[in-house]
Amino acid sequence: MAINKRHPLALFAILFVALGTTGVAYATVSGSTTPKVAAKSETQVEQGKQLFLEGCSSCHGLAAQGASDGPSLIGVGAASVDFQVATGRMPLAAPGVQAMPNMSSYTDEETAALAAYIATLGAGPAIPTEEMLDTTNAELALGGELFRTNCAQCHGASGSGGALSEGRYAPSLMDSSAKHLYEAMVSGPQAMPVFADSTISVEEKQHIIAYVAELQSEKSFGGHSLGRLGPVSEGLFIFVAGLGVLVIAAVWIGAKAK
Amino acid sequence: MNELEHPTGDPYGAKDGKDLVSGITVFPMEPHVPRKADIDPKAAIRAERQVATMFGLSSLMVILFVVAFILVPADLLIDAPIIGVVNANHLAIGFTFGMAILLIGLGAIHWAKKLMPDEEVIQERHALTSSNEERAAVQSSLQRGAAESGFRERKIIRRSLLGALALFPVPLIVLLRDLGPLPGTRLRETIWDEGIHLVTDATYKKIKASDIPIGGLINAVPENLLEVEHEEHNLNQRGKASIIIVRMDPADIVSQQGEAWDYQGVLAFSKICTHLGCPTSLYQQRTHHLLCPCHQSTFDLADSGNVVFGPAARRMPQLAITVDAEGYLVAQSGFNEPVGPSFWERG
Repeated sequence: MAINKRHPLALFAILFVALGTTGVAYATVSGSTTPKVAAKSETQVEQGKQLFLEGCSSCHGLAAQGASDGPSLIGVGAASVDFQVATGRMPLAAPGVQAMPNMSSYTDEETAALAAYIATLGAGPAIPTEEMLDTTNAELALGGELFRTNCAQCHGASGSGGALSEGRYAPSLMDSSAKHLYEAMVSGPQAMPVFADSTISVEEKQHIIAYVAELQSEKSFGGHSLGRLGPVSEGLFIFVAGLGVLVIAAVWIGAKAK
Repeated sequence: MNELEHPTGDPYGAKDGKDLVSGITVFPMEPHVPRKADIDPKAAIRAERQVATMFGLSSLMVILFVVAFILVPADLLIDAPIIGVVNANHLAIGFTFGMAILLIGLGAIHWAKKLMPDEEVIQERHALTSSNEERAAVQSSLQRGAAESGFRERKIIRRSLLGALALFPVPLIVLLRDLGPLPGTRLRETIWDEGIHLVTDATYKKIKASDIPIGGLINAVPENLLEVEHEEHNLNQRGKASIIIVRMDPADIVSQQGEAWDYQGVLAFSKICTHLGCPTSLYQQRTHHLLCPCHQSTFDLADSGNVVFGPAARRMPQLAITVDAEGYLVAQSGFNEPVGPSFWERG
C-alpha cells in the first residue's frame, strides 16, 4: 500500500524533468547555430504574438489583417504600435470617433514585444533610436517655422491642441515625449496625416521636437492658462466672469439701502 | 416736506398717471421708506464704522503693496489655488493695489447708500417746444434775411453759386480713383504654370512622388515663389499659390476635377479656403476631409474637393500634377479656376 502510494507532487516532478530534458536536448540540437540576440528577439516576437492574440485580435483579426472593428495592422510598423499602446490609446477603452490617451495597459517589455511582432508582418516605420531623438544640435527657429507650417494648423501655435470635425480633435502636445512625437509623425495615428522621414527628414523632425520641448517648458506667468487656446477661451472667461462681476456690482450700487 | 417733493398723491392733479395740463405721463413713486441708519443711531454708528474700516483697509493695502514690492522676489513662482502657477510678486502687488482702490470705491458707495441723505425728489422741466410767438418771430426773421440777401433778384449770383455747389463733390469722386487700379486678372491667376516644381513650404525642397506615404500631407509652394517674392517685396503670391499635397490609396479617389490630375494617388489642392481665404490644411487622412479652422468649411479631397460642410460655396480648386523625368512632382498647368474667396467679378 505504502509503496504504491505516490507523492501528490510526483506527477509535476516527472513533467518538469521530462520537459526540461526535452528543452535542453532541443536547445543543444537546434540552438547552437542561431546567435543569442536573434533567439531573444524570436522569443520577443513570439511573446508579442501571444499578447496580440490575447489582447488585440478580437478587433484587428487573428492575423492582424483587420476586421469590422479595427483596421489592418500589416505594415503599420513598430512606431505605430509603440505610440498607440504606450500612450494608452490602444487597447481602445470604448468605441468612439477617436481613441483617448490613457494609462498604458502593457509594460514596456510587453509593448516592445507587441511592436516587434507587428513589425514582422510588413515593412513600416520603426521605433526611433536614441540617436534620432537627440536634439542637442537642433535649431529652434527652424523648428518653429516647420512647426507653424506643418503642425500648428491642427495642434495650435502653442501646441495645446484643437478641434477637428465630427468630434475628432488634435490632442495637446504639452505632455508628449520626444519619442511619441516622432512616432506620431511617422505613423500618422487616427486623423493625423503621415509625415514620413522621406518628406520631413530626421533632422527636421529633431528641430520640431526641440521646438515642442521649448513650448512645453514655457511657464505660464499669468496664472491659469485657460487651455493656452488664446483669445477664444480668454475672451470667453473675461466676458462671462468679468461682465458678471460688473453686473453684480451695478445691481449692488443701484439697490436701495435698507 | 411739501406735496411736490413727495408726489405720492398727484401734484399736477393727474388722473390715471396723466398730467391733465401738459399730457405728460407722471409716474407715481413708491412711498418713502426710511433706512435703518435713519431711525436707529446704533445702525448709523455701525455703518459709519464699516465705511471707516473699508477706507482703513485700503490704507493697509497700500502699505502691504510697498512691503510686497520690496520683499517678494520678482522671480518667485508659486502655485496659487485656482489661478495656477503665477509670479508671486505680480500676484502680491496686483492684489494689494487692486484691493486698495476697490476698497475706496466700496467705502464711498457704502457711505452714500447708508448715511448720505436719502430723499426722493422730482426734477421739474419745462416743455421742449417753443412758444407760438417765438416760432413766428424766427420764421419772419428768416424770410426777411432771404429777401434782403437778394437771392431771388440776383440771378447770376444764384446760378453761379448753385453751379459751384453742384461741382464741389467732383474731387471727392475723382479721389476714388486712388482705390484702384482694378485687380485685372490678378485674382484669377497664380504663379503656378506648366512644369513648375512643387517644393516644401519653409524648406523649399523638391518633392519625389515616391517619397510621400499614403496618408501623407505636405504643405507646398511653387519653386519660383521665393524669387517672385524677392521681386515683388510682398507675400501676395504666397497667399494665392500655397497648396497642400496629400496621398491616398488611388482606390479611395471617387472623383477629381480633371482626368488624371493626380499622380498615383498624390493630389494637390489649393490651401486657400474658398469661403474667406484662411489657410486650410487640417487634413484628416482617414476621412480625406480637409477642414478650415476659421468657419469649419469641410472639403472632401477624395471627391473633387467638394464642400461637405460649412459656409464655403465653392469646391477647393485642384492643381493638376505629374512628375518630371526624375520623379519630382511638377504642375501640369496653372489652376483651372480662381483660388481663394469669391469676388465680385467672378460671377
